[in-house]
Order: sequence, then structure tokens, then C-alpha cells
Amino acid sequence: MIGRERSIPLLRKIVQQSSADQTEAVLLTEDSSLTRFTQSAIHQHVAERNGTLILRVVLGKRIAVVTTNLLKYSSLRDSLQKATSLAEVQRPNEAFISLPEPKPIPDVDTFSKKIDRLTPERKVRIIRDLFSIVRGKGLHVSGAFSHGKVELAVVNSLGVEAYQRYSDLFFHLIAENEMGSGYSSFVSRDPDQLDIDSLAREAIEKVSKGEPTEIGPGEYEVILEPYAVSELISFLGYLGFHALAVQEGRSFFCEEFGKKMVDEKVTIYDDGLDPEGLQVPFDFEGIPKQKVTFFEEGVARGVTYDSFTAAREGKSSTGHALIAPNTEGPIPINLFMKGGESSLEEMIRSVRKGIYVTRFHYINVVEPMKAVLTGMTRDGTFLIEDGEIKRPVKNLRFTESVLRALSRVSAVSRDRRVCSEGTVYSRRFVTGVVAPAIKIDGFNFSGVSAL
Amino acid sequence: MKELIQNILDLAKLKKVDYADIRVVRRQVQEIEVKNGNVEALTHDEDMGFGIRILFKGAWGFACSSKIRKKEMEDVFGKALKIARASSKARGEEILFVSRPPEIDRFKTSIAVDPFSIPLERKVDLLLSCDDIMRRHKKVKISEAFMGSYETEKTFASTEGSFIEQEIVECGAGIAATAIEGGEVQVRSYPNSFRGNFATRGYEWIESLALLEHAERVAEEAAQLLMAKSCPSKVTTVILDSSQLALQIHESIGHPVELDRILGTEASYAGTSFVKLEMVGSFRYGSPIVNIVADATFPGGLGTFGYDDEGVKAQRVPIIAQGILVNLLTSRETARHLGKESNGTMRADGWNRIPLIRMTNINLEPGEWTLEGMVADTEEGLLLSTNRSWSIDDKRINFQFGTEIGWEIKGGKIGEMVKNPTYTGITPQFWNSCDAIGNRDHWQMWGTPNCGKGEPGQVAHVGHGAAPARFRNVQVGVMK
Repeated sequence: MIGRERSIPLLRKIVQQSSADQTEAVLLTEDSSLTRFTQSAIHQHVAERNGTLILRVVLGKRIAVVTTNLLKYSSLRDSLQKATSLAEVQRPNEAFISLPEPKPIPDVDTFSKKIDRLTPERKVRIIRDLFSIVRGKGLHVSGAFSHGKVELAVVNSLGVEAYQRYSDLFFHLIAENEMGSGYSSFVSRDPDQLDIDSLAREAIEKVSKGEPTEIGPGEYEVILEPYAVSELISFLGYLGFHALAVQEGRSFFCEEFGKKMVDEKVTIYDDGLDPEGLQVPFDFEGIPKQKVTFFEEGVARGVTYDSFTAAREGKSSTGHALIAPNTEGPIPINLFMKGGESSLEEMIRSVRKGIYVTRFHYINVVEPMKAVLTGMTRDGTFLIEDGEIKRPVKNLRFTESVLRALSRVSAVSRDRRVCSEGTVYSRRFVTGVVAPAIKIDGFNFSGVSAL
Repeated sequence: MKELIQNILDLAKLKKVDYADIRVVRRQVQEIEVKNGNVEALTHDEDMGFGIRILFKGAWGFACSSKIRKKEMEDVFGKALKIARASSKARGEEILFVSRPPEIDRFKTSIAVDPFSIPLERKVDLLLSCDDIMRRHKKVKISEAFMGSYETEKTFASTEGSFIEQEIVECGAGIAATAIEGGEVQVRSYPNSFRGNFATRGYEWIESLALLEHAERVAEEAAQLLMAKSCPSKVTTVILDSSQLALQIHESIGHPVELDRILGTEASYAGTSFVKLEMVGSFRYGSPIVNIVADATFPGGLGTFGYDDEGVKAQRVPIIAQGILVNLLTSRETARHLGKESNGTMRADGWNRIPLIRMTNINLEPGEWTLEGMVADTEEGLLLSTNRSWSIDDKRINFQFGTEIGWEIKGGKIGEMVKNPTYTGITPQFWNSCDAIGNRDHWQMWGTPNCGKGEPGQVAHVGHGAAPARFRNVQVGVMK
């Protein structure tokens, strides 16, 4: 960890040395570890220390970005020079107005010193405890246990200076036997919250007690666990909940603001400051996170902005910039779905004939404007009949419009959980989705696994 | 650098580890992304670091850092050893790592023109020109063009005495037009979706793509798709063009034959495989005309290299021969399950990731048909082109793909355009329904630069050679 005391002056010095009209320097450091296991044995255990500087320079309306992990001061000066020379050959982007001005950053604690207690030996002990629990049930287990420390520092030439350190831990596991598997996962900034017994219990309860039977494709009532719900609403965030998708005319929100699009039991928002989620007080431009509501009791309300998309509409950023250059748009990363009135048990009892889904696998977009997605169920799919979970079924493929599905929500659970696979490509920055379980009265399954 | 590396190998011998290797990797990336007349992204990314992998008491430890200094390297070595020691207390079967003779060699991608030597202005001009042509069509609301250049220098050294230096150069480009009207979005791209086509070649590859010549057609087809009829829902004959077939090979053959997946080490994330060890040598994966090779030596393939990341020389290996599964993608640790030696597929996404079994160039060998002959021989069906979406289950057996465009085939002739084509199937049934494969004239390499796997996540660059092929009794129009 570099610390606020060293990182902000370093970035300030780089920004001050820049000859560009505007300059932004973002530092992202990582000190992390990940342990993987399968068949109740550890097969991979890795650790990483890295730091990356992302420099964005602006000459008039010409913008270029240079990224480097060579953090010696002389290298950083070279990177600044490189960025400036790239900007010189860049074409002006007339839609660009300015990098953002500073705004007060809320004081949020996102770091637990206890994260340092997770030595390799301690992590292996925790995993061995898990192996013992699962072995006692005649099962074996696969999964990953990762923890890390991340720093994000942002300085720009207009006075933005923001620093935050994060700790994170995620643990996900699949308990299985020859007939089936069950999933559970945990993510937090506080390692003390990890309860390996309850996590193991949750996955074990899902493992098939008998051979899964095949149930044909068709439309069924479904109960989706929070894991499954979080995956669906994350795709909505990617496809339509942000300003760029609307400005480009490719969001399902286009022409729909103020209209009721889904059931009134559905309220979905993004809130980087809600302590029930994994808090992130500011974005990658150093702008504080604002709460943005997408669906309020089923009505389309708003989208997220970064400084670029906000300037196009004469608005202010909502604090949703991602790492530059970001051509995907200010995709929300702290999604929440509001809880409802039901318990999971009550929801199951209300199903005449339906499918219970723990999670999905490999979701992808079929038709973006209708938010039609496809994917498979995985690690805990059951038939519900007459209000009871009857038996495991073979995994099913769904092909369904999430908007259509959310317009058929008939119950939402009171309890919610933070969901994150924690899988990190490229730079580590763990966030999560807070989701309830939901009941949908009609969800289209288009195929069945052959196994 | 050599001294720093040798210091770690000496330390490894001093600590009496079973095996250790170190990789020092430097990567530079230049990407240009043009959208709607603006250069939305103009980036240069430089990344360097080292990773140390240690086998100790039958367990692996890996640690890495971006600081290439003697003290930091020694600290990281100590961390990797500590990790291996801790992990050995919860390991499974002892890892047997059969020693190999040392390799001392250099490998460099054969290129004519270094893509980093081309002035940026020239690259930007090309992309903006394509973008401009596409945007002239009034129904095209988003026009995009992309170009990427990649250079990786890596040094691999092991306690076995191997010392391998490699310099791999890759580049690629593509264009896409998105037509939007009445709440509908349709995309056409060239030469492939998701940023284009990529190869281990120099700038001559970008020039060979002739992007400008295709911009107008791409825009026109995107607009036409808005008016096209929807893909029907039925069971029919499907001809996949070679780019879509490349992804079909990737998802339903390449991944299922990765031996680490089969042994379960990807169970917690990417999943496992319907393929079992005992199927090798007898399982009929596809029809007798289906022949698949894993070829890391194919000139220009995106999965082409000199040595893998555990020092094994690149190879060309049959995977499916006349429809029968005959081999898997293996590593030094896993190949013994087949009674074989590694076929050299272990690759890491940079210095900060451990090597995993990754596809190289997984190629469908050409058949005997011309595309025209294949269409003429098809009474009724669909010709589908260019991937739009993909999804497959964790065992790699139930897949569903969408393509950008399709055309009806009626009476042996190409008919009307159809939009939103989708098809779904079960892997072995699908490959066993293959009854025609295009000949070498129709065969080409496709680079897939976004193959995800592993925890922490790793992205691999892999290649697939394919010609159009025909499949019978396929369910299409899944969205209905």
C-alpha cells in the first residue's frame, strides 16, 4: 500500500508537470491473494502486488490515455510525455467539455486492517475446516477464497484530489456429489464477517438428494435466489441503465422515462454509499457517488452519468465514471434491488408448479432493446410443486426478456444479500449487487441440459 | 535481467524446492477506437512484472510483483514458497512433474511490418474513413472502427535449466455499423464482430483486411436487417460461415477438451466438461468428416507461439480424427493422466497470472465442398453469419448462439435475409450432424482475443481455422 500521504503528492506532481490543458492521474494499487480448490484439495494459491497509473491528458478537445505499471518517477514522466504526444495526433471530440471540477467526497470507511491477518497459513486452515464439514456430509467441494487490499487515488488539474483504500474478501464454493451441486458465496470488506459454517451449510443443502430428473422446456413460475437476480439486473445495468446507452439510442429506457415498464414491486437503484453493499464513495474521475434510481415501483426514472455523458446533456456527473478510456458508458457497479414483504418460504409455498433457480451460468444478450438474455441454470435447480421443493431437475436454458420477467414479479423477499462472484479480470476492484429473491409468474425456459 | 533471474533460480536450488520457474513479461498495447466520427479511445498501455511459480512438497505456490528489483524478487520468491508450503497441507494427490530436458531458445513472430512503426495518424485516418462511410447511411446511428497492436516480450527460465526468450507481435482491426429504428437495434460488422479479426502478424495483416472496401456493405446490411423478416422457429439445416463456426469450435470443442476442466480445476468458475478421460480414443465427438487439430505452430494464428509458459515447444496435435476424440489439451502436470507428455498449451495472461491450459489454434480441417456447392445441395435451411451472442452451460454441452445475419436457403439457392437468427443444440449431437465442410479455398483463420478463464480472470488470445460447414436438424429461432 502506498497510502494517501504518498500517492496524492505523487499524482499532484505528475499533473503539475503536464503541459496539457487538462490532466488526470489515477493510481490503482493491489495487494491480493487467491486460493482455489477442487475435489476438496487446494490446487492453486497465488499472490500479486501491482500498481497502475492511468494518465488522461487533454489538449483542447483532444484526449489520450496512457496506462503504465512502471511507477518509477522517471518512467512516469515518460508516460506523461507519451500521453501528450498521443493527444497531439488525436482528433478533437466536440462533445467533450471538460474534466470534472472537485466535489466534497463523503467520509466512508472501506478498509479493515484485519485483512492482513489472512496469511497463507490461516487461509489454508479455513479451507481445511470447510473440507472437514463437507467431507462429513459425504460430499466434496470446489471454490475460491480471495482477499485483497486496493487503493484508488485520483488527482486532476482542476483540483480533484480523492483517495480511498479498500479491503475485500470473497469466498465462493460448490459442494457436490455425483448427482448434483449446490452453490454459496460471500463477499465483504470485513473478514470477520466470514462464517464458513453457514456458507458450507447453504451449499450442502442444495446438493441433490436424488438423481435430477428432466423437465421439459416451457414457461414456468420461478423463484430466483438473490444470486440469479443479481446476474439479471447486472445485465440491465450494462445494457440500459446508463446515459451512454440512452444517448446512443440502444437502451431499453429510450422514450420510456416516466412510464411504467415493470411490476410496481420492482425498485432498482445504484448507491455507492449504502453500507448494506460494498461501498465505493467516488468514481474513477474522483466524483462522489450519487444514488440513482432506475426503476421506482416499476416506473423508469433515471440513468447514471460520468462527466462526459453528463456534459452532453448539460447535467452533472452522478459519479459513475469507470476507468478511462471507457467507451462502454458509465455502467452502474453498486446495484440494489429493493426488498419486499415476503419470506423465501412464503414465496415457495405460493408456487403451484415451478422452478427454483439458485444461479445462472454464462448469460449473454440475445436482443438488447428488449433485454432478451439467454443462459443456463447451475448448482441448485429444483422442481417446486404444490408449494414444496420436490426434487432436483436437470439444468435448464432460459431465453427471456428480463423486462418481461420483471413485469411478472409477484413477490419479493424481505431479506437481501450482497452478491459478487469476485472474479477479477485485469485490475482488482471488487463490487457487489444487493438483491432479494423474487418470484416471477412466467419465465421462459427454452432448453434442457443433456446431462 | 539474466542475473536477477539466475539469482532466483539459485535461491530455489538452495531452498531445495522440487521445481521453480520465473517469467518476466513486458507487454505494450496500443488501441484506437473510433465511434461516430470521434476517436473515443486512443491509448497506450505498458505493463511489466515477474511471476515465480514453485513446486514444493507436491503443491504449487505462485507470487508476483511489478517491481523488478533484486530485493523484491527475493521477497516474492519467499512468498511463493510460503504459499506452497501452506498449500501442501491441504493438497490432493501429490503433483508429479516429470522433468524435461532444458530448452534454450529464442522465438520471434515473423512479421513484415511492425504495427507500432506505423504513424498513428495513418491508423486513425483509416478508421475515421471507414467510420465516415458507414455513417453516411441515415439508419446507421452508431458507427465504430477499432485497431489494436500488441507486443509481448517474455523470458522464461526454470530450475531445469530452460531459458527461453519470446517476442510475440499481434494486431487486428474491425468495423461495425449499428442501425437503430423503432426500438430495434441491428448490427453488422467486418471482418468479425467484437472488434474484428486478429493475428500474430504485422501491419500487413491490417492492410489485408481492406476495411474501407467493406464499410458501405456493412452499413447497408445493418439497415436492411431492420426491415428483414425474423428468423423462423423450426428444426432445419444450417450452414455456418467460417467466423461463426470458429466460435462454435471454440465453445463446444476447444473448451471441453481442456484437460484441467475435465479434471475439475475450473469447476468453481468456468465449469467442467461433459468429456471424460475414458472417452479419449473411442468417443464419437462428430461425424467422420470432422477433424480437429490443436496447432500452435500455424503461421499467423492468434494462438501461435514458440513455447508455452512452462517451457514446452509449440506443437500440432490431432484432437478429433475422423470424428473420434483422440487427444486433449494438456500440461506437464496433467498429461500423465493420458499416459502422454504435455502438448504445450499452458499459457498465462501476463506476468501476474499462473499458466493454465489454453487453446492454441483449434482448427477444423478443411473438407471438400465449395460454399456454392453446399448451398446448391441444400433443399431448405439457413445460412448464418457472424456471431452476435453466445452461451453454453458449465459442462459445455448445451449451447445457444445468435448471429448478426442469416439468409434463407430454398431449393438450393440463397433467399431472403432474416434477422435475429439464433440456434441451439447439444454438442455431440450437433457435431455428429455435420455432413459438409468447405474446402481449403474457403478455409481461414480467425483470432479470438477475448477467451476468459481462471480465477483471477485471465484473457487468452487463441485462433480457430474453419471453412463454412453444414449441420442437419438444428433448432433455430429460439427466441420465439
